Amino acid sequence: MSQQNSLTGRGLGGVGEAPAPRRSRLNRRFLGLVAALAALILLNVVLTPNFLAIQTLAVNVSQVATVAIVALGMTLVIATGGVDLSVGAVMAVAGALAPLIFGSAWGQANPGLGLAAAIVAPLLVAMCCGLFNGSLVSFLGVQPIIATLILFISGRGVAQVLTNGNLQTFSNPSFTWLGTGRVLGLPVQGWIALGLTVIVALVVRKTIYGRYLLSVGGNERAAALAGTPVARVKIATYAIASTFAGLAGLIDVAINSASDAARVGNLMELDAIAAAVVGGAALSGGRAPILGTLLGAVFIQLVGYTLIANGVPDEATFIVTAAIIVIAVYLQDSRRRT
Amino acid sequence: MTAQPLDLNLRRYMRPLGGGTHLTVWVALALLILFGAWRYDNFLSAYNISSFLQYNSMFVLISVGMCLVIMTGGIDLSVGAVAALSSVVAALLSARGLVVALPAGVLTGLVAGAINAGLIVGLRLPPFMATLATMLAARGTSLVVSDRQAVSVDWTSDFTGLGMNKIGPILPWTIVVAAAVVLVAWYILERTSLGRTVLAVGGNAEAAHLMGLKTSRALVFVYLFSGACAGLAGVFLASGYGAGQPLEGQGWELAAIASVVVGGTLLTGGMGSVPATVAGALLFGLVFNLLNFENGLGVISLSAYWQSVIRGAFLLIVILLQVRLARPAASKA
Repeated sequence: MSQQNSLTGRGLGGVGEAPAPRRSRLNRRFLGLVAALAALILLNVVLTPNFLAIQTLAVNVSQVATVAIVALGMTLVIATGGVDLSVGAVMAVAGALAPLIFGSAWGQANPGLGLAAAIVAPLLVAMCCGLFNGSLVSFLGVQPIIATLILFISGRGVAQVLTNGNLQTFSNPSFTWLGTGRVLGLPVQGWIALGLTVIVALVVRKTIYGRYLLSVGGNERAAALAGTPVARVKIATYAIASTFAGLAGLIDVAINSASDAARVGNLMELDAIAAAVVGGAALSGGRAPILGTLLGAVFIQLVGYTLIANGVPDEATFIVTAAIIVIAVYLQDSRRRT
Repeated sequence: MTAQPLDLNLRRYMRPLGGGTHLTVWVALALLILFGAWRYDNFLSAYNISSFLQYNSMFVLISVGMCLVIMTGGIDLSVGAVAALSSVVAALLSARGLVVALPAGVLTGLVAGAINAGLIVGLRLPPFMATLATMLAARGTSLVVSDRQAVSVDWTSDFTGLGMNKIGPILPWTIVVAAAVVLVAWYILERTSLGRTVLAVGGNAEAAHLMGLKTSRALVFVYLFSGACAGLAGVFLASGYGAGQPLEGQGWELAAIASVVVGGTLLTGGMGSVPATVAGALLFGLVFNLLNFENGLGVISLSAYWQSVIRGAFLLIVILLQVRLARPAASKA
């Protein structure tokens, strides 16, 4: 199960592997997603008024960026055969911490340092959440769903305790740049998501960690017997996923110039899992289609946008997303069986 | 291996409670109740007991449904959204009385369960993804049907009687119905071939299938059962709290999973106990209840937000205990 999309990553290339046919099959899936996306864009050009405006692009990019960032980390976790339910709660924690730091007396006295701390500290805390998840999974052998359920339940509570459940509004232009700034006409967070996608794709393809990751997900026992540091790989993976979630939390808060611990990252775990699965990740592990995940997130976003822009009520998009997930998993499953 | 005969003996004695390691959860439950009775004046008051049972009857229901699903090695993420949908459906039909609204709510759950079963058994999707999709679809449907509003029930019909009336001062009808469902689930698991198949599927689906067991039937059954439980919980919600609530039930699936885990059932399937799951669900509810009383004493003041933190910590402790208990068994296997 260590085969990879040749566009997004590579399998182990070990003895006895027959990469060529598998790779072409996976390519087909990737191309299918690209084709579906292209068809959707064409449909929108015809149907949706003002679809080709730069503003439309900016709105969609700004909405999809947080999902995409979280989904990247989720894809890595899913590649190990796990799942991370805590990402939304970690977003809330990071999002609650940042305004507390730059809004504190110290942060206001040292704006530059305060801003740096307001970005670095929440990311570190988020990373610790990931270390916690990863330790439960790899040292104690707790199933990932259960291990990450703990922070899912209590993480948001921690964020609410930190803020007393209050909506924190703030005005800090340097920080909100993370969510509202534009670079080359497009939202900053879109560039961040794109940059992270490229980095993660390269890491999966080119580094030893990437190879370990796929082998752990492909066959954990075999990987362990072959000398892969399974525990370290898993812990690192959960830490990366949580750090990404923390970053997404910061962006979410920056977009709104407000942090509401009850809302930030709510249901994000579902969106991220959906994006990863539509992108070609399999819950059984062993695959990390990073570009696919980005496209999956974009696809789900665009379907939702298409529906809403054409007067379909917001709620109905849930049902359509459900259908997309079913179709994506079904196609994947039938391919695995062949 | 030498300890096994003794182990079996213990299990036989403790079987009615779930046996073996499941006993811990009953002891914890008893200790917490004793603690509450000792520390708080009104803890054992009729009002507290009945409102506790009324509220937690919903969680007992979905947890038992979840328990059966998890025993097969599956998972049902859709229960919270299905309960919300069912509460909306039941509330919309409440003017026609309990005799229409109750079956309609349960039927809603059964339909959702059938969809889950179709996706999992028919299309062979992984349960996690299939029920995730159903969850989204059910949530979307409940929002569409209710137009995003809470749907008020018809107070002139007998619909609210189920959720609000009690037998005597203590026993709400909802917990009686939930207990009946628990008994049915327990009976099916312990006494029927269907129940044996459920456990066999969770232990080793391939082997069960090769032995000629009707594994598909068992899988369809557990998802239907879980759906029906969620549907019934939705009826309780609408009936007991006066409205169909399209946004309620978020995170219920995870609360149910936590209850099942606290009850000593492993997510890998093949084992588990209905009674211990019930105890797990009650234990989770009791932690909330005790915190409310503790706040009432005024010694400490924990905001509502602390409750989820403490619940998570509680789950962590249970898991750490379970890891210790399960290790020897796992290494033997």
